[in-house]
Amino acid sequence: MALLRNARVEDDDWVFVADDQPIPTDGPVVISFSRYQAERDRLNDRDGPLGLVLDSDQTPRDIAEDVGRFELICLKFPKFTDGRGYSAARLLRERFDFQGELRATGNVLRDQLAFMLRCGFDAFEIPDSVNALKWLPALSEISVHLQPAADGLPDNVARRGRRVFGGISGVNQARPAGNTEVWAR
Amino acid sequence: MYRYDEFDYTLVNERIQQFRGQVSRRLNGELSEDEFRPLRLMNGLYLQLHAYMLRVAIPYGTLSADQMRMLAHIARRYDRGYGHFTTRQNIQYNWPKLEDVPDMLADLANVEMHAIQTSGNCIRNVTADPFAGVAADEIEDPRVFAEIIRQWSTLHPEFSFLPRKFKIAVTGSPADRAAVGFHDIGLKMRRGPDGEIGFEVVVGGGQGRTPLVGQTIRDFLPKADLLSYLEAILRIYNEQGRRDNIYKARIKILVESLGAPAFAELVEREWEQTRGGGLDLPGDEIARIETYFAPPSYPPASVADNALTQARAAYPVFDRWCRVNLSDHRQPGYGIVNISLKPTGGIPGDISAEQMDVVADLADQFSLGEIRATYVQNLVLPHVRLADLKPLYDALADAGLATANIGLATDIISCPGLDFCNLANARSIPVAQRISERLADPDRLEAMGALRINISGCINACAHHHTGDIGLLGVDRKGVELYQITLGGRGDGDAAIGSIIGPAFSYDNVVGAVDNVIGTFLEQRQDGENFAETYRRIGPAPFKEQLYGTA
Amino acid sequence: MNARVLTANRLGDGAVVYRDAAGNWVEALEQAALAEDEAAEQALLMAGEDALARQLVVGPYLIEVALKAAAPSPLSQRERIRASGPTVAAWPAQVG
Repeated sequence: MALLRNARVEDDDWVFVADDQPIPTDGPVVISFSRYQAERDRLNDRDGPLGLVLDSDQTPRDIAEDVGRFELICLKFPKFTDGRGYSAARLLRERFDFQGELRATGNVLRDQLAFMLRCGFDAFEIPDSVNALKWLPALSEISVHLQPAADGLPDNVARRGRRVFGGISGVNQARPAGNTEVWAR
Repeated sequence: MYRYDEFDYTLVNERIQQFRGQVSRRLNGELSEDEFRPLRLMNGLYLQLHAYMLRVAIPYGTLSADQMRMLAHIARRYDRGYGHFTTRQNIQYNWPKLEDVPDMLADLANVEMHAIQTSGNCIRNVTADPFAGVAADEIEDPRVFAEIIRQWSTLHPEFSFLPRKFKIAVTGSPADRAAVGFHDIGLKMRRGPDGEIGFEVVVGGGQGRTPLVGQTIRDFLPKADLLSYLEAILRIYNEQGRRDNIYKARIKILVESLGAPAFAELVEREWEQTRGGGLDLPGDEIARIETYFAPPSYPPASVADNALTQARAAYPVFDRWCRVNLSDHRQPGYGIVNISLKPTGGIPGDISAEQMDVVADLADQFSLGEIRATYVQNLVLPHVRLADLKPLYDALADAGLATANIGLATDIISCPGLDFCNLANARSIPVAQRISERLADPDRLEAMGALRINISGCINACAHHHTGDIGLLGVDRKGVELYQITLGGRGDGDAAIGSIIGPAFSYDNVVGAVDNVIGTFLEQRQDGENFAETYRRIGPAPFKEQLYGTA
Repeated sequence: MNARVLTANRLGDGAVVYRDAAGNWVEALEQAALAEDEAAEQALLMAGEDALARQLVVGPYLIEVALKAAAPSPLSQRERIRASGPTVAAWPAQVG
């Protein structure tokens, strides 16, 4: 799998640790939600950034208070038709104010990138076989938005100057959360 | 009616370009069929038995004469010269070619139409009362909010991969002509405690395998809170709706399993977070959309027209059409004209390109350029002066569009069925045609009164058979078409699901069975009752007795 | 006597098609290649997968037909309707 981030293919520095493997004492590591629940307090003792993987049937509402501990959250799409990750992403960005990298993993398709970006994702795990450059135009195919979302872009009502745009928490966002603005369009 | 501004045009044109790209990536193999399918569905393109099928959105069933002319052009240029109006106020074309579809969409965009989200697991066409804006009993025009919801739900990034399709309907009148009780979300406009107008919110209605009447989760919602509240409902559904079984994935299953009070509680808690922010509807935005739906300035028209009275006296067939196909208008001197797309022996809801052009011209001439599509597959001319009824009728009659059967037994609602649809188990159209021919006698028809017959070719119930006075459900038993009869359904404010009356009937016998049911009704009715009233009074037993010889 | 035939919908226009012995996709069922044993069925299915991969057809599958003097006749009503078209005339003037 390749990592599409910052509008290009990048190397992934993160180390994904399986549930039955020891967690390295330093460096960036990503663990599952059940691992996190089991070892919450012990993780305070390590150096290095922490990342979390949520399956599609695990809700970010359960980590609302803890989002500040993570620099990476991966939301899994087991099948592209499973759209729970879109709500999870918006909650993380707009409700719980997650500031780190929000990555879509699993069955991620080109024609979902724009929706995902609007929901607050700023990194995407894509198949190796894909030419990422062919995927990037997908992000600018639709420039008009008819509802507020995590990207902080004005929707049609806001563009007509009738309200200050804001996301799902009513927080007036002057800038998009996360790193979405680098996907310039 | 709503008119596109620069943002709407940009969106629709970008969407067409996007779909062109997706089609060409499909044709060159970059996209597999599995990957392409949800994309084409979100642009209203199905693959059916014999061909693709394109479903074009008619937002809340309102269209202009020019739009109708374009629909006729589409039928002629890209299809086989006809279209089919559906039970969600949309129109379908049965024979488009995949490679033509981007061009069809481009043509439609020229008249501010599209096929966005008429399929797929996303929010579908928001439907409304076809008499919106002109009904005598209306509180307020529901299309204002149907339009606001349409915009908010279009290409909504969070809600494009829901567990299942999502259907919203709005009614602005206490008489529910939009079947809101059978939608995922039904909105009933009403007056609140302080006299201001808002919505009763009903959730979890639906047909199909598990028919359910929706339940009220909020008695009164102010207008400004509409979108923030809907977003809360959709988010709860997106998070918690079942994804393991497509037959259990609608919101009605979630509401039923949690119970309406618990579901309402979840929504209210989420709504505490979604309200007070970017989804609040400013008063001037509501006012801006309202201007699109302002009542037209009606040219003066006399309430009692001598010419009309004389014509009705002189022409009994015209007189009957006036009795049956005309509905009350809020503007004195005007009437709402219903155009039946159910000619005797015809395919319910089908209309030729030539007929579409006739309707467009008549709309320009007699209805201030406006037309409506109804969820029972008919059309409406909403602004007709009573003085114009006779010339209008004559023109409709010439075009085969003046069958006087609105709301009567031959105003049959039928899905395309096994003749067209991939999902069907049995044919529905020829059954509708034969029933229509059997019951065609206009005097008997009118005497029978309001009687709704719905025929679905499979359990997906696209013809809403659960809500029919007489509902037919086609099933397949070992390769043989059989039809289950249900009685006592209602789609209006007294929403009710019909009950199965007994063993199913064969294709050859089902028409006789329907005739038998009607015979029982005619014998048992008292004081000019309609079918629903008689059924409510006597129950299923007399019908069973006559059909099967047992009580 | 029954046999199996491979059917699909043509990608470009959605038309009902059948695979013939020469490897073409034809609209007439009577020209379809007949598979009367498992090996022949497998060969047809593989041909279907190949056509799918080459963007010729969508959703290929085998159907059962009864071999009759005139033409093979599908056992299921759904397939009979696919073969001959809707049983209702859309419009009096309609062709096909």
